[in-house]
Order: sequence, then structure tokens, then C-alpha cells
Amino acid sequence: MTGANGFSVSGYGPERAGWTRIFARDSLARRLDWPILLAAVALSLIGSALVFSATRNRTEINQGDPYFFLERHLMNLGIGFALMLATLWLGHRALRNAVPILYGLSVLLALVVLTPLGATINGQRNWLVIGGFSLQPAEFLKVTIILGMAMMLATRVDAGDKPYPDHRTVAQSLGLAAVPCLILLLMPDLGSVLAMVAIILGVLLASGASNRWVFGLLTMGVIGCIAIWQLHILDQYQINRFAAFANPSLDPAGVGYNTNQARIAIGSGGLTGAGLFHGSQTTGQFVPEQQTDFVFTVAGEELGFVGAGFIIFLLGVVLWRACRIARDSTELYGTIVAAGIVAWFAFQAFENIGMTLGIMPVTGLPLPFVSYGGSSMFAVWVAVGLLQSIKVQKPMSA
Amino acid sequence: MTNIPETGRTPRVQIRLVVIQILVLSLLGTLGGRLWYLQIREGAQYQKEASGNHVQQVVDPAVRGDILDARGVPLADNETRLVVSASRTDLLKQKDDGKAVLTKLAGVLGEKPADVIQKVRLCDAKTPKPCWNGSPYQPIPITDEATPKQALQIRERAEDFPGITAEPEAVRRYPAPGNANTAQVLGYLSPVTDAEIQKAKDTDSPYLRSDMVGRSGLEREYDKELRGKAGVTRYEVDNLGRVIGKAKSDSAEPGSNLVTSIDSRVQRVAEYELDKAMKAARQQFDKNTGENFKADSGAVIVMEAKTGRIVAMASAPTYDPNVWVGGISAKDYKALTGKDSDYPLLNRAIQGQAAPGSTFKVVSTAAAVQAGYAWDGGYPCTSSYSVGGQVFKNFEGENFGDISLGRALEVSCDTVFYGLGDNEWKKDGGINPKKGQPKDWFFKTAHQFGLGKETGIDLPNEVTGRVPDRQWKLDYWKANKDAWCKSGKKDGSYVEKIAYENCLEGNKMREGDEINYSIGQGDTLVTPIQEAMIYGAVANGGTEYAPTIGKAVISADGKSVQEIKPKVQRKLPVSQATLKGMDDAFAGVITRGTAAWKFNGWPQDKIPLHGKTGTAEVYGKQTTGWLATYSKDYSVIMTISQAGTGSGSSGEAVRNIYSALYGVQGDGSIDNKKALLPQPQKGLPKVRTDGTIDAPKINGDPAKDAEASQQNNPSNGSDQQPATSPSPTTGNRNTRRRPRRTPGRGSRRMPS
Repeated sequence: MTGANGFSVSGYGPERAGWTRIFARDSLARRLDWPILLAAVALSLIGSALVFSATRNRTEINQGDPYFFLERHLMNLGIGFALMLATLWLGHRALRNAVPILYGLSVLLALVVLTPLGATINGQRNWLVIGGFSLQPAEFLKVTIILGMAMMLATRVDAGDKPYPDHRTVAQSLGLAAVPCLILLLMPDLGSVLAMVAIILGVLLASGASNRWVFGLLTMGVIGCIAIWQLHILDQYQINRFAAFANPSLDPAGVGYNTNQARIAIGSGGLTGAGLFHGSQTTGQFVPEQQTDFVFTVAGEELGFVGAGFIIFLLGVVLWRACRIARDSTELYGTIVAAGIVAWFAFQAFENIGMTLGIMPVTGLPLPFVSYGGSSMFAVWVAVGLLQSIKVQKPMSA
Repeated sequence: MTNIPETGRTPRVQIRLVVIQILVLSLLGTLGGRLWYLQIREGAQYQKEASGNHVQQVVDPAVRGDILDARGVPLADNETRLVVSASRTDLLKQKDDGKAVLTKLAGVLGEKPADVIQKVRLCDAKTPKPCWNGSPYQPIPITDEATPKQALQIRERAEDFPGITAEPEAVRRYPAPGNANTAQVLGYLSPVTDAEIQKAKDTDSPYLRSDMVGRSGLEREYDKELRGKAGVTRYEVDNLGRVIGKAKSDSAEPGSNLVTSIDSRVQRVAEYELDKAMKAARQQFDKNTGENFKADSGAVIVMEAKTGRIVAMASAPTYDPNVWVGGISAKDYKALTGKDSDYPLLNRAIQGQAAPGSTFKVVSTAAAVQAGYAWDGGYPCTSSYSVGGQVFKNFEGENFGDISLGRALEVSCDTVFYGLGDNEWKKDGGINPKKGQPKDWFFKTAHQFGLGKETGIDLPNEVTGRVPDRQWKLDYWKANKDAWCKSGKKDGSYVEKIAYENCLEGNKMREGDEINYSIGQGDTLVTPIQEAMIYGAVANGGTEYAPTIGKAVISADGKSVQEIKPKVQRKLPVSQATLKGMDDAFAGVITRGTAAWKFNGWPQDKIPLHGKTGTAEVYGKQTTGWLATYSKDYSVIMTISQAGTGSGSSGEAVRNIYSALYGVQGDGSIDNKKALLPQPQKGLPKVRTDGTIDAPKINGDPAKDAEASQQNNPSNGSDQQPATSPSPTTGNRNTRRRPRRTPGRGSRRMPS
């Protein structure tokens, strides 16, 4: 295991480093995971069109400029793509050394949100507004927690000391993950906490940690839910809000309205949809938060089963390839990182699309690549960079 | 690097990764399945919901068509009023939800700001009235009684009143031309019910919550034609109700105008004469009951004999139809329908029924001829007719010896008809006829004359009257025998005795039943409109027409004219020779018979009149008088309940109606200029190129004019009170509507 050296691509000998040879045989370009890259780019571009459709008429938020959100979305995409390239250039191993710093930074950002510097948007205090840009530290936490846990769990295994992480290591890594989870709970950002739990589970599974940890964690989660339910920690309206995805009449003015309108939008799309920019639900702005959390409803209504199904297919491509990368990684570190990303993307995709389809409760989680939002866009593209980095350093002989 | 131990690929991890991969794919599969379910399987349902979501309908009410008389004079039209309305959608766009504008508006209208603000809030379970119950996209009326000055203030400073409009709007009005009220014939409108809204929701003519629907009379019968088609503008709106586009819209089609055969002048004369006759009757002493006649209700019909078209139809007591306009008050409603009211909403010309008395003899005579009795045979007209100890007397005990059927009809000899009826009863097998044996000529003929069923007049809720034949007796007995058998006593009071007898053999046609029936007494019931139809048929040579009031439906632009043709119902079962005989007999009634004392000096040679009087006995009440008459062109039927004989109560009134129709002066001369309608109105009123209808003006009161020309009438004042009773106020003068008229759309309006 070697440290990163400057801007060479990790895992390659110095003789192969550099962009001049990227198209050579066995070059970086040949070894990149193109399906993931193309699917991610396609999802982002489809997302741009959907965001544009959802926002071009929303004069109350686009400041009179129909392209306001489109421009920012594309800019975010550009930054995200650059971050992906940077991550790939640095390599996940190089980043491994920076993990403590990145972890510390992201936790610090999340803590700042809890101070008066944080902004409350849509009832959740999970925003940080800096110079006209708003950041969601929760998105970065997802990346750093994967990297952090992976580092802790994989170090001794990759060193060949042990086949699996021992209990002490697992406990330490869980402690590492618990801190940001607590911060997220204080915001409160329940959706992100759930995503964190999914990520932690994915990471633990991939690390080879004892089944006891996995089942213990699951049992704790179930007991926690029952406790919240039985001890009436939540008010009835909160429970109603949570359950409204199944029965919108429980919270007709709040989340129930969203789910109802979302379902109408998607249902009315039919096979081929109303056509981009022609959805009446979208044009009439019946679905709140349509450019962010409910962006899938635009696809459902305007692109129909064909278009919305294609989005699910593209997500499937990303997840399938990411799983392959996790399985094919030569070291546990890469496996854990890839599996964590799989858990993260899969949970958010299922939760986000599921809530618009009325099979999951409504939480504020963006749809990876598609939803409008800088922090999420940056984080998912960094994740793509990590996946590519893991892929490209696979030995040729493998 | 090629020999890096495969630490990332330990079996445990490898298996778990496969599990994760499978889990992830199944989750995505779940999403795909759910997507398919929503979009493909349930797609149509959601598409419907989506379109309901974003399309709002604004209904533009159609102007209701006018009801016109035969010359085009409006009996029901629309008054233009200035309605100030507020558009919620526009108000909500303002910063304070329009509060400032509404407050300013309240100032202009002289109302309290709070009242105005309350009117535009939407109704829900918690909101007390006033509140707006209709669509939030519909302009909400603040007042329909704005003055032109107020409207001008609002319209000239439109920028100060965003979302507020002041527009003239049409409101129903019954102008009563020449004081012709015509209340029961016109009917009335009342607000549409929720059930009706639901029913019409998906049709091409949906109701507005503020819509009015015809509830009786012509307004109901021709509701569909008069209503027109409301225009619907469909707006695409966003989630805040802001209009983002216009979808398919249908413009309003104003309702068609209904031209009736009513002549408002004749109608006025008929109403006036009916009222006068009833008032006069109340001054008369009734020897039988020892008190003055009550004359509690009555009806008069003037019908074109050759077509069945109704020229005038009046029912008393009456009311002012304008009380319904703009919503009837609880007090007014109670006065019209309460237990203590005299039910002025009833149109007694079609909904009142009574025993026809001697006017029924036209049926009995025809029945006798059908049964084979010779017209000129000698039938004993004795002063009484005895059957098994029961004595049936002639009306006034007169005795004419053996007479013909025609003479019997003319002098209304009851005993002749008793004999005929009794004879037929015996021929039919008496009290216990064999099955299939009874020919029942008297009952069969009544049915052939159209009695016992609706005439088919174009008015709702006509009653059938009753022919008390064997079937009816059986049905009636079955329905009542329990009560009869319980209360009947053999030696009890009159009522108890009757009940006792009915219990025993009420299911059978008894001798007395048929004898009573032969002169139109007993259980027989007819309506005035049935009499008008029958006597009209006698006048026109034997054809019964379904009476009609509607003459044509003319579209609002005048381009489509749909005539309502007279409809032949049936032919009377009477030969021309018999009709001729009847005609002569009925002329005799006027010249020398029971009605002659009311028709002294009538120019019978120029305008031959025919008639039959009738007096129906009603147990426990004073007698109901009938006077059925006809000329060459018209049949005029009048009946007054509890007012004595037909000729006594109605003779003068009927004569005055004929005088007005033909211009007969008090001295018997004919002044064609004063004749209101010497011949039935043939054509339809002229429709101008713009769709408005050319209508003559009616100055003054036709009834008063007609009355003035009767000063020298030898009959007037000969028996009853002279016609100096105060003028009845049946016109719609004291309407609760303000008399203010504003210029506007009402181009067809008549000065009244």
C-alpha cells in the first residue's frame, strides 16, 4: 500500500501516468467504467431537462428568469464532473490519507448548520448558505462516512493481519458514523439519517464484519422504531405525516397533498407521457418541490412510462456496475467504498422514486444525478470518481 | 501488484455483495412494477384526475327565453338589473387578498365592509352564511340591486376596483300585460337542487348553483326550450388558481322564446270576470245551506274550438308570480302552500275536479244514441223517477211530458236520463250481471269522450277526473271496505248508513249509482279542461284536440321557428246528425233554456252561442256550478265551487267574455273595433331581423274597456249584483320588486 504522489493516477506505475497515454492499450480510458459514466451523464442531462421543465414557469422562485435553475443545474453538473475527474486523478488511495481531514471538515460543516449560521428551508435546518450558495453538509457526510468507515475497517484486513475486521474495529467505525448521525438527527434531517443507516449497513456487510453486528444493528433499529412508536415520542401528526404516503387523507394539506399530486402527475403520464414541457401538472405547479425531491414526477408525467422507466434503467446500470466494481476490487477498502456507494445510491433512488410512487414515506432525499441541488450533485459525482478510481486500479491480470 | 491477495473477495464478503446486488435490483424492479401499475394500469384514472385538477369551468348562464302571448306580448320576460360581482381569483392576487378593494366597494354600495367581505368567502362546514357556495372561479355576486350611479362609479374607476365588475344581468319578470296575471299557467322558477346539479353535471348543459328551474306551468313544461344552453369557459389553472390558459369553450346559447296561444287581453277579461263572478256569488244567499255562497275557487277556460288552443285560462284564487323572483321568502311560501292558504298555486282549470252535473248530459245523450235509443223517441220527462222506494227528482220538479233526446238535453230533464240509465242498468244484468254481459254504454261512452284520463294539455300535473265504472267501484271498494265495514251502521246516521251499504255491496254497480251517474252526479269527476275539450269537439263537428298552450318555439335569433301543431286526440263517438241535434239543443239552452236568463239580448243570429249549465251536488258543501258554452270558434268553460247554479254563478261572466271576444255591445250591437279576438289568432307574431319579436302595446285594462261597453246589457244586474263591485286587483302591481327599470338588454320588454 503506497501513498499518493502528486497528480499521478494511483495504482499505475509512473511510466503510465499522464493524460498523453489515456487512449493507449490498457490506458486509463480503456479501463474506465464507461457504462457508469455514460449512465451518470445521461441521468444528469435528463435531470437538467426535467429541472428546466419544472422551474421555467415558477416565477416566484426563478426570479423571472426561466433559465435560472437550468443554468445553475448545468453549472453544478460541470463542477460535479470536475470533482469526479479530480477524484479519479487523485485516486481513492490518495484520498485515503486525507480521509481524517475530509471527515473532520464535513462534520464541522454539519455542526455549523446547527449554529445561527445555518438556514432553515422547508422546516429542516440542514442548509448552510455561504455567499449566495446554499450547501447541504449532509450530502458530503455521506461520502466522508463511507471513506472514514472503509478506512477503519479495511486497514488491518488489507494489511493482511486479519481476514475480517475485529469487534473493536467495528465498534470504532460505528462510533465514527454515530457522530454525524447524531448531528443529522438534531437538524433534524430524518431522510439523511435513514440514508446514513443504509450506508452503514452496506459498509458493514461489505467489510465482512461478523453477522452479529449486522443483525445487532438491525435489531437495534427495529427496537428503536418500536420505542418511538410506543413511547409516543412523535406526535400523532408526525406519525400521520409519515404514514401519509400510503393514505394521503391522513395529512391532506401537507405531505398527503404532495403524494396525491405526485401520483396524479405520474399516473397521468401513461405510456409515453404528455411530452417534455407539456405536462399540465408540471406546468400548473401542482407538485411542490418538483425540481428537487419530486423531480421524478416530471419524468413520469412528461416522459411517461418509457422515459421514467429509462431513468430507473439508467440507475440500474450505475448500481449494477458499482456492484461489479465492489466485487472485483482487489482490496477490501475499495470493496467497502463501492458497496457503501451502492447502498447510498440504491437507498436514495428507491426512497425518492418510491415516495413519488406512493410506496415509501415522504422524506427530503434527492434523486441521485437527477434532482436539482449542488451539494447532492457534487457528492454523487465524487462518488462516481471514487468508483472509477477503484475500477481503474484493478490489476491487469485480474 | 498482480499478486495482491484477494482480501476483498473473501467468501463471506463475496456472498454478501451478491445479496446486496440482488436486493438492489429487486428494489429497482419494484419501482418499475409500481411505475407500470400507476402509469399503464391506472393511467386513465389519473389522467382524468389530472384534467379535473387543472381545468376550471366558468359557467355563463344563458338568458331564459320569454313566454309570449299569441300576439307577441311578453307574459314572462327578463328584467335587466345591475349586478356587482367580485372575482375571487383576481382578489387573491392582491396583497391583502382584496380586503382594501372590498372595503372601498362597500363604501360605494353603502354596505358594511364586513358584510361584503363575508359574501366572497367560500362556504365550508365551519363557515356560517353568508358565504359563497358556488365555484371559486365564478364571479361572486355582491348585490343585484346596484343603482346605475353605483355601477358607473365602479366601471369608470376600474383600476381602483380590480376584480370587481358591474354588469347588467337578466332576472326573470312576470310583467302582467294589461293586468293579465296568468300565474298558474306560467308557473314559476325556483333554485336548482343539488340532486339536479349532480344529474346534469356531465351533460352538455350543466346547471349553475345559482340557476333557476321551472317548477310548474309553462316554465316547467317548456323548461328545456326556455333554458337555453349555458356557456362554459374552461380555464386551465395552476395550483394557486391562476389562469395559465384557455381550454375548449362553448358560448352560451340563449333560451328560445315560447309563443303561446294565450291572448293576454282575453286572459285579463277572463281573470277579471272570474274574480267578479266569485265576488258576486258571495253576495248571494244560498237557500239550501242558509248562508251566503262561499265561492271559494273557480276556473275559466277559453279555448279555440277548432284547434284546442287555449286563449285564456284562469284559476282562482290566484297569486302574483313575481313573489318567486329572486327567491321566495318563507312567509310568502307559507302563504302560498300552507294549510291555511287556499292553495293558489293550483291551476284549477286542470287540477280542479268536480262532478260535472248536467253538463255531463252531452255524454249521456251520446251514450243513449250509441245504445240504440232513437233521437226523436218520446221519453217521459216526469217530475220524479222512483226506483225501489227511492225517489229521484227532476232538478226543479218540472214535467215536460214525453220529449225527444234533444229536448231532454235542452231542458236538462233529469228523469229522462234516469229512465235511460236505469233501463241500461237492467239490460246489463242489474246488480249481479253475468260475466261479459254488461255493455255499459254510459261508461264506455264517457271513456270514448276522453273522461277519466288526462287531456294531454302541455301543462304539468294535470289530473284525470274519474269515470265511476265497475272497475273503479271494485278498486275503490277494495281500498275502503275495511273502513266502511268498521264504521257502517244499518240504522245509524246518513253517513253511517252509506258506509254500511257500501260495505255490503260497494263493489257492485247499484241501480242508484247508474241513475245518479246518468246526470253527472255521484262519484263522477271531470276537470274544466276536459269539459273544454268535449264542448270544443261538439262545436267543431266531433274532433277532440289535445288542448295546447304552446304555439311555437322561436329561437332567440328568430331563425328557427318550431311550430307546435294541434294534436287530434280522438273523434267523438257521435254521428253528424246527432251532433246537429245536440248543437240545436245547446243553442236552445242559450235562447230559451236554463241559461237564457243570462243571455237576454244576445245577437244570437250573428254570433250563435251554445251552452249547457250544470250544478253538481257535493255532500256537505254548497253546489258547484258549471257553464259549458261554445260559439263557432271558441268553447268557454267556467266553473265556480260553492256558488250555486252554473248559469247563476257564471252566466254573466261567460257572456262578458264572449262580448269582449266579439265586440258585442251592451245593446246587442257588434262593434268590430272593440272586438278583442273575433277570429282565433292564426299566424305567429312577427320576428324582427334581430330576433326580437314585434308585439303590440296594451294600453289600460282590457277588462275595464270590455266592461264599459256592457253598460246597457239587459242581463247585467237583472239577478245578481250589478257589476259595481270594486275592481279586483289580480294584476301584478304590488310586486315585491322595485319598479325601477334600467336600460339594458331588455329590448323585448313591454311597458305595462
